[in-house]
Amino acid sequence: MFRDAWLIAGKDLRIEMRSRVGLNQIVPFAVTVLVLFAFALDTDQEALRTYAPGLFWVTVLLAALLAIGRSFAVDLADGAADRLLLSGIDPISVFGGKAAAIAVQLVVLEVLLGAGVVLLFDVTVHRYGLLVCAGLAAAAGVATAGTLYGALVAGLGVRETLLPLLLLPVVAPVLIGATRAFQDAFGVAGAEGWAWLGLLAGFAAIYGVFGAFSYGALLEEA
Amino acid sequence: MESAVRLRAAVTLLGRFPALAGVDLDITPGEIVLLKGPNGAGKTTLLRLCAGLCSLSTGQGWVLGHDLNSERRMVRRRVALLGHRTGLYDDLTVTENVSFWARAAGADSIDVDEAMERLSLTGRLADTRVARLSAGQRRRASIASLVVRRPELWLLDEPHAGLDQQTRDTVDALVRGAAAAGATVVLATHELERIAVLEPRVVSVVGGVVRADDDPADSESPDPSSEAEDDRRVS
Repeated sequence: MFRDAWLIAGKDLRIEMRSRVGLNQIVPFAVTVLVLFAFALDTDQEALRTYAPGLFWVTVLLAALLAIGRSFAVDLADGAADRLLLSGIDPISVFGGKAAAIAVQLVVLEVLLGAGVVLLFDVTVHRYGLLVCAGLAAAAGVATAGTLYGALVAGLGVRETLLPLLLLPVVAPVLIGATRAFQDAFGVAGAEGWAWLGLLAGFAAIYGVFGAFSYGALLEEA
Repeated sequence: MESAVRLRAAVTLLGRFPALAGVDLDITPGEIVLLKGPNGAGKTTLLRLCAGLCSLSTGQGWVLGHDLNSERRMVRRRVALLGHRTGLYDDLTVTENVSFWARAAGADSIDVDEAMERLSLTGRLADTRVARLSAGQRRRASIASLVVRRPELWLLDEPHAGLDQQTRDTVDALVRGAAAAGATVVLATHELERIAVLEPRVVSVVGGVVRADDDPADSESPDPSSEAEDDRRVS
C-alpha cells in the first residue's frame, strides 16, 4: 500500500516539477494575493501585523484550490484516470499518494509565503515549534479534504467552479485553527495555539481516514 | 471451459441513452474477436464494460470469471484497454510513463525495456517528453505501457489508428503473440481487411446489440446504418 502511495506521490510531484505550473503560476498568484492585502492595509502597519495570520491562510487556501484542481486535471487530460482505475492500485494508495503530493506542495508554498509575510507585514515569530507543527497539520488537513472533494468533482464539467464552492466551507475549521495557532506563534493575540493545533491534527486525521475509505467509491463515480 | 467474457442481456445506460441494449456474448479464452459496426453502435461501450470501466444497468456479465456487478476491481487488474486516449502524462518522458504503469502493475524493469524495444521506443525517443511526440509515437508509447502489464484480456479500440505501416505490423504481431500465449483479444476497428489476416471471429454490434457473426472481410461501406446510429445517440 505504501509503495503504491509513494509511486503516485512521486509521479504527481515529478509532473509538477517538470511542468513548473506551481512555480510559475500558483506561487506568483499567491504572492500577488498577499501583496494586494498589503496594499489594501498598508496605512495601518499594526492592522497588518494583527491580521497577518488570517491573510496568510486565506492566501494558502486560494492557492491550494489551484493545486488540488491541477492534481486531478493531469489525470483527466488524456485518459490516465481510467488507466489508474485499471492499474489495480488500491484506491487508498491513490488517495494517500495524491494527498501527500498536494501536502508537499502546500508546505513549500507556506514556506515561501511565510517569508513573504515576515517581510511585507513585519511580523516576528515567537514560537517556531508551534508555527511548524500548525503549518504541517493544516497542510495535511487541506490536502486530505482537498483530495477527497477533488475526486468528487473530477468527472464534472463544472469542476473548476464547483470545487471552491464545496471545499472552502469544509476547510473553514482549518482556516480558523491555523489562524489562531499562527496568531499565538506570531505573538499577536493571546490564542492558545497548541490547543488549536489539536483541532488541526484532528481535522487531518478525520479526513485522512474518511477519505481513504470513501475514495474508492468516489473514483467509481468520477 | 470458462468463458473469458460472458454477457447475458447486458444493458449499459449512458445517462438515459442505452449504449448497450441487451447484449448476449460469449468469448472463449485465447480467441481473437473483432467487433464490427458503425459509429455509435456501442463497440467502445462494450469494450469499456468488459474492462470494468462501465457498469451494467441491468443484465449479467462475467469477465475472466469475475462478476461485472460485484467484482469489477478484480476484472480491471487482469485486462488492458487501449482506448481513444493514450493514458499517458504529457510532462513525463516515454520511459517514465511506461515505467510508472509497469510499476503500478507490479512489472519489473526488464519488461519495460522489452516493451519499449518492441514498439521502437528506444534512443532519444525514450527520453522525450510525451507532450513533444507525434500522435503515432504517443500511440506506440501507450501500447508499450499496456504490454508491460501482460494482461489476460486485451481490449483494443481502433488499435491501428495513427500508426505507420511498420508499427501496424508490430501491433498485429502483438495480437497474434498474445493470443498464442493464451490471452484473449477483443478489438474494434473499421480496418476490416487488415484484421482479416488475424482470422478473428467477427461479432457485429448494431444499435447496442450483438448481431450474428459474419465474415471479417465484408466491407462496412457503404454503411447506411451508420448515420442512423449517430441519430440514435442524439435523439
